[in-house]
Amino acid sequence: MIRFSDVSFTYDGAERPTLVHVDLTVGEGELCVVVGPTGSGKTTLLRAVNGLVPHFTGGRLSGGVTVDGRSTREFPPRELADVVGMVGQNPAASFVTDTVEDELAYTMENLGLAPDVMRRRVEDVLDLLGLHELRDRPLATLSGGQQQRVAIGAVLTASPRVLVLDEPTSALDPAAAEEVLASLTRLVHDLGLTVLLAEHRLERVLPFADSVVLVPGDGSPLVVGPAVEVMADSPVAPPLVDLGRLAGWDPLPLSVRDARRMAGPLRARLDGDRPAAAVPPRGDLAASLTSVSVAYGEVTALDAVDLGFRTGEIVAVMGRNGSGKSTLLSQLAGVRPPSSGRVVVGGTDPVTLAPRELVSRVGLVPQDAGVLLYGESVGEECASADHDTGLEPGTTAAMLERVLPGLPSDRHPRDLSEGQRLALALAVVLAPAPPLLLLDEPTRGLDYPGKARLVRLLAELAGAGHAVVMATHDVELVAQVATRAVVLADGEVVADGPARDVVCHSPVFAPQVAKVLAPDLWLTVDEVRTALLGEPVRG
Amino acid sequence: MAGAASRTTNPILLLLIGVVVAYVVAARRSSAPWSRSIVVFLRLGLIVVVFRVVLVIIFGNRLPGHVLFTLPHVPLPSWAKGVSIGGPVTAEAILQAVVQGLRLAVVLLCFGAANSLASPYRLLRCLPAVLYEAGVAITVSLAFAPELVVSIGDVRDARRLRGRPVRGFAGLRGMAVPVLESAFDRSLQLASSMDARGYGRRVPMSRGARRWASGSTAIGLLLVVGGVYGVLVAGSLPGGGVPFVAVGAVLVGVGLGTGGRRTNRTRYRPDPWGMPEWLVAASGLVVVACMVTAGLLGAPGLQFVVYPLGPPTLPILAAVGILVGLAPSWVAPIDRRGGAPFDRVPVRTGRVVPAGPGSRVDVVAPGSPTADEGSTGSGPADPAGVVVSTSVPSHLLRPSPASRPATSRPATSGVRPGGTAR
Repeated sequence: MIRFSDVSFTYDGAERPTLVHVDLTVGEGELCVVVGPTGSGKTTLLRAVNGLVPHFTGGRLSGGVTVDGRSTREFPPRELADVVGMVGQNPAASFVTDTVEDELAYTMENLGLAPDVMRRRVEDVLDLLGLHELRDRPLATLSGGQQQRVAIGAVLTASPRVLVLDEPTSALDPAAAEEVLASLTRLVHDLGLTVLLAEHRLERVLPFADSVVLVPGDGSPLVVGPAVEVMADSPVAPPLVDLGRLAGWDPLPLSVRDARRMAGPLRARLDGDRPAAAVPPRGDLAASLTSVSVAYGEVTALDAVDLGFRTGEIVAVMGRNGSGKSTLLSQLAGVRPPSSGRVVVGGTDPVTLAPRELVSRVGLVPQDAGVLLYGESVGEECASADHDTGLEPGTTAAMLERVLPGLPSDRHPRDLSEGQRLALALAVVLAPAPPLLLLDEPTRGLDYPGKARLVRLLAELAGAGHAVVMATHDVELVAQVATRAVVLADGEVVADGPARDVVCHSPVFAPQVAKVLAPDLWLTVDEVRTALLGEPVRG
Repeated sequence: MAGAASRTTNPILLLLIGVVVAYVVAARRSSAPWSRSIVVFLRLGLIVVVFRVVLVIIFGNRLPGHVLFTLPHVPLPSWAKGVSIGGPVTAEAILQAVVQGLRLAVVLLCFGAANSLASPYRLLRCLPAVLYEAGVAITVSLAFAPELVVSIGDVRDARRLRGRPVRGFAGLRGMAVPVLESAFDRSLQLASSMDARGYGRRVPMSRGARRWASGSTAIGLLLVVGGVYGVLVAGSLPGGGVPFVAVGAVLVGVGLGTGGRRTNRTRYRPDPWGMPEWLVAASGLVVVACMVTAGLLGAPGLQFVVYPLGPPTLPILAAVGILVGLAPSWVAPIDRRGGAPFDRVPVRTGRVVPAGPGSRVDVVAPGSPTADEGSTGSGPADPAGVVVSTSVPSHLLRPSPASRPATSRPATSGVRPGGTAR
C-alpha cells in the first residue's frame, strides 16, 4: 500500500540528509508504528507519504514514494487527499473551518462528493468517534482530546485507504488515548485500512501494532519488522518490554494481558519483597492555594481547590483532558488572578510580582514549550535568558548541557524537534533556580532517553529542595518520579496522596508494571530489578 | 445600515441606527466566540470619537462661534501655514467633531454587528464556485485578526514567565516579532493542512477551454473598464459606453463560468435561502432606500449643521426607514449552529424547535443517552444516542459510495422512538 524505494531527503540548507536510503513497504491493512529518538526524522517520513515532503516543505527528495500505486512525484498532496488521510501533531492548527460538522465535511467538499453522501458519512463518523454531542460546537471551545478526535474524523470522512498520524495520543489522557487507539484498531481490522503512526508513548500503541519501523536517526538504516522482533533489541522500549527482558520472557509480551499470563513465576519470586513505602518529604510549604476558584465565562475550571506544595516534593497533577490541570499551574505561576480564593507562592501573591522577580520564585514550562522561545538561535536564547534574569553569562548554557547534551548552539529554535525545544525551554526556566518549578505535560514529544534524563533531573532538583509540580497524562513518568499524586476532575480535587497509592488503585492511571504485578504495588522496572538482585529497595 | 449611516450626519439618526443594530444583535446572536466581536467594534468606535475630538481641540478646525476655552497658541514656521496648534476652541468645532466621529463609529458598529451575526465561513457558503478559492483566502485572512489577539495574549504570558517586561515600549518591541512569527507559523500549518485535504483540486480540462476561459474574462474586464469610462466621461464613446459594459459583463460571466467548471467541489448542507432571508435582505435595502429618497427629496435635518447652534431636527422618513431595520430581530432565523459554548442545553425528547418558516426544523436530541433510556424504559430502543462506536461507518465498508445514489438522510432529524411519551 505504501512503498518507499531508496528514498533520501535533505531539507534546504541542511548539512546532512534527514532520511538516507529508506526502503520500506507497508502492506494493506497493517498498523505500523514508527518509533525513534527525538529529531530522528519520523515526522519527515510520515509527511513524505502524501507528498507534503517535498511538495510543501521544499528540499531534495531522491528515490520514489508510491501510495496505492500513485507516485508522490506526479501527484501533489491535494490529489492524494482521497487516498491518504494525514493528521498532524497539532490538530488545532490544522482546522480550516469553525464548527465540528463543517470541519468533518471540508475534505469531502474539496473532493466534490454529492451532498447526500457527505451528510451520511458525517453522521457515520460522528458516531464512530463519539462526536455526536459536539456536532454544532465551535472548534475553539473543544478540549485537546476532542480536537484530536475531530481531526481524525475530518480525514476519515473522505474514506482514505491510508491513515497517517503523527503522535495521535500524546496530548490525550489515558482513557481518551485508549478510545482513539481502539477505533483505529477497528478501522484496521474490519476495513483493511492501512495505518502508519508515529508515537513516543509506545506503552500505549505497541499492543495494537502489527509492525514497527525503527528510525535510528544517526544515518544507519531503518529496522523494519514484526513488533515483537524489533522490540527485542530496540533502544527505545516501553516498561513492559523492559520487564520482559529482565524476567527473560520469550516471546516478549507487548500487552499487559500477555505479560500477566507469563508473570506467575516472577510474582512468586518477588513474593515477600515489597517496595518500601516512600517517606513523604516534610519540607517547608513552598506554595499554597486556599479555596481557589477560577471560571472562564460560564465554565468553572477550578472549584474551591485547597492544596499545599512542600519543598522536596514532586507532585503529579493528573485528570482527564480539560479537568483544570493547566489552570492550576497558571494560577501558581501568577499568569492571571483567581476568581476567588488566595494563591501564595513563597510568601506572596504571584500575580503582584514584577516579571523579573517572578522568574526567581516560580518557573513554568507551558504545554507548548515553543512559546517561551523567540531567540534567533539556541546560543542567543541562552544568552538572553542570562541577561533577563541577571545571571552569570553561561548559566543557562550550562543548564542546557545538563538537560540535553550536545545541542548545537547555532540552531534556530524553530528548527528543533519538539523534544529539543522542551529541553531548551526547561533550561531557560531552570537557570534562575526557582524554588517552585511547574511543568505542563513535560514528556509530550519526548523519547525514552529524553524522559530518563528528565526523571534524573527532576529527582536531583527535588533533592536540592525545589518543589516540582507537573501536570501530566504520562502514567509511566508519574510512576518513576512523583512522590505525590493529585487527581482533578471537573476542577475539584478527587484524590490526593502518595503517588504509589493513588496510581496503583486506579484502573486508568496504573502504570504497566503495576498492572502486570498487581495486587502488589510495584511501580517501575527499576524497583523490580533492585528487588530481584537482592539489593535493598530504595524508597 | 452602514450605507445609511454614511449618508447622514444627524446625531439623532446616527444614535437611532446604533440602537437598532445593537438590538438586532442582542436578539439574534449565538453564543459562539465570534459573537463577541461587536464589543470590540463598539470600543473601536468610542476611541474614534474621542480621538477626533482631541484632534480638533489641539490642531483645531478654527470654526468661529461660541468660544469655550482657549489653548495657548504655538507659533509654527511659515511653511506649515495650514496647520495650527492651540488657539480658541469653539463649541461648534467640538460638536462637529463629535458628530463626524459618531458617523464613523456607527459605520464600524454595523460592521461589528455583521461579524457577530454570521461567521465569515458561513458567508463563504453563499459564494459561487469560481470565486470560492478567492473567498477562502479572504476568510482565512479574516480569521487572522482574532488569532493575532490570542497569540498576543500567549506571548505576553510567555514573556512574563521569562521575566521580561510586558508593558511599555520595550515590551511592545519584544512582542512584535514572536507574535508575527507565530501567526506566520500558523498560516503555514494551515496551508499544509488544506493542501493535504484536497484544497484546490482540479478537474482535467482541455487546453482550448482553459484559454477560452481566461481570454474571455480578460477581454470582458477590458470592455467593462472602457465602458465605465465612457459612462463617466460623456460623449467619449458611442452610445455612452453602456453597450460596452453590457458586452463586457457577459464575457466575464462566461469566462468565470467556464473556469468554474475546473473546480469540482460541492457544498455540505448549504444554508437555505427562504422567506426570512428575503425579508432580512429587503429590510436592509428599505433602510438605505429611505435614506436616499430622503436625501433626494431634500428633507431638512439629514445633514446636521452647526450654525445656528441648537438641537437637531428629526427627518421623519429617514427615521421610519431606520426603524424598518429592526425587522431582522424577529424575522431572522435563530442560529443554532455554534450553539451554547459548552454542552448544548438538554431539551426534552421529541420537542420540536421551530426555527422560523423556511429554515431547517430539527428535533433536538436529548443531552445524554442515559436520560433517553430512562424515558423509554427499555435499553436498545435508541439507534443514535447509545454509543455506536462498536459499529463501523457503512461508507468505509464499501469503498466507492460516491457513485451510488444515497438512500435517505440519516436519522438525526426524526422524532425519537418513545420520545413523545413524556
